[in-house]
Amino acid sequence: MRIDPEEIVETLLMVQQQRFDIRTVTLGLSLRGCAHEDIDVAAARVYERVTQAARNLVPVAEAIAAEYGIPIVNKRISVTPIAELAAVCNAEDVSPFAIALDRAAHEVGVDFIGGFSALVQKGMGDGDRRLIASIPAALAATERVCASVNVATTRAGINMDAVLLMAQTMKATAEATKDRDCIGCAKLVIFANMVEDNPFMAGAVHGTGEPDEVINVGISGPGVVRAVVDALPKDADLTAVAEAIKGTAFKITRAGELVAREAAKRLGVTMGIVDLSLAPTPAEGDSVAAIIEAMGVGQCGGPGTTAALALLNDAVKKGGAMGTSSTGGLSGAFIPVSEDANMIAAARSGALTIEKLEAMTAVCSVGLDMIAIPGDTTAETIAGIIADECAIGVVNSKTTAVRLIPACGKGVGDHVSFGGLLGEAPVMPVNQFAGTVFAHRGGRLPAPLQSLKN
Amino acid sequence: MRTPAILSVLGEDRVGIVASVSRVLAESQANIEDIRQSIIGGIFSMTMLVTVDEETTPFDQMQKSLAQISEELGLQITLQREDVFRYMHRI
Repeated sequence: MRIDPEEIVETLLMVQQQRFDIRTVTLGLSLRGCAHEDIDVAAARVYERVTQAARNLVPVAEAIAAEYGIPIVNKRISVTPIAELAAVCNAEDVSPFAIALDRAAHEVGVDFIGGFSALVQKGMGDGDRRLIASIPAALAATERVCASVNVATTRAGINMDAVLLMAQTMKATAEATKDRDCIGCAKLVIFANMVEDNPFMAGAVHGTGEPDEVINVGISGPGVVRAVVDALPKDADLTAVAEAIKGTAFKITRAGELVAREAAKRLGVTMGIVDLSLAPTPAEGDSVAAIIEAMGVGQCGGPGTTAALALLNDAVKKGGAMGTSSTGGLSGAFIPVSEDANMIAAARSGALTIEKLEAMTAVCSVGLDMIAIPGDTTAETIAGIIADECAIGVVNSKTTAVRLIPACGKGVGDHVSFGGLLGEAPVMPVNQFAGTVFAHRGGRLPAPLQSLKN
Repeated sequence: MRTPAILSVLGEDRVGIVASVSRVLAESQANIEDIRQSIIGGIFSMTMLVTVDEETTPFDQMQKSLAQISEELGLQITLQREDVFRYMHRI
């Protein structure tokens, strides 16, 4: 037989016991043809475009999952940053675009649709301003729409006016959805060095350098990696650990590559990228923190965590890069607290703090993700956290992001719960020494030198 | 279109497993290209390389027929396109 029975059993075990799945098949769609100065006309065009182009996405993804025996957890759509359409129309409130996207998402059966977004790293156009002002209402009025705003890049530096505005927008979004544990903030992410082909939410957009329609795939598989690390002898050195993770990342990525090729072929669109990211879910065992703990760190967040995560992230990329020539998106291990059972436990026990998470984001993808903070945290404090995270991304030429949930009416010891992939998060303490001056200075934090790299 | 696929069967050994699986394959015009089977500690394990004639029986229809005998026999039966294994385990 061309395939060894052991390989067949290994593949079956990966799916059945170690929760291997493809996290998302994301259809990227250009909406640039939908622009119109009348927002109602433009929104109707958006609905029409999305429902037509994506009508076969869910059935095709489901058929591929069944035929290959690998679950595809989410089907998603990313669209042109809506600020581009907002710029053409003159409506002050551009949330009708979000409502049209949400209706279209329900119609075609996708789990999320991303792209209620703007890129303002160097400055803010009037369309960008109106889009950002509409975010709280848009996320309160919709279920599946995700919003993102890029406030910094390595080439432009950090737009500190946008950082403060986004901190205020985050608080307003929490307030607008406080009856649902502030879930709007779970669908709002603030980026440095946003990528234009990311299949993962909440930050997926369809960038201007992309074709009209494209399929991007995000892999998953922390459970598989953990099982491989667990199976190593306890005295295996870290070179052996890296080698084992690399081999597994290759297999996971190949499955993603196959799904991406097949989905693109069946939908008649371009195949874009495979995002080599280990994305956890709240399910037991499907945890990035559990991999760090399997490597031997007492509990995620303890000393050794950043080094272990750096090893993991690097090995996933090395193995994954052998598995596909179409690497893209965010590509790295995710550390969303609410979506990872062992991170939730580490946050509850005090092993994991926001400061440690910030350090971890220097060596992995993507940022301070799905962290609940006290509802009375000031906008100035949140702006400081966003600026710090952006600085890590800008200086290190990598993507970083902030997705915090200021939990209205709640404090440390409480928790927020969203269910599904978004999970639940304990409210974590925030450093109280941000002051009130730094966030209000505004201006642009200059782009860093790209030489003299020490 | 003739599609190579891997059929795997796992469960408690009993009379008629091979017969039942083979009957469904034959009725669906699927050809058995290779077969490996073992029984360890009373657990029956079989993997088959088959080619599915999708013009006669669509892939999902075959999966449904196999799911039916899987339930009748109390076994775990999966049918997957072969290229997923080739992709994941070969450079």
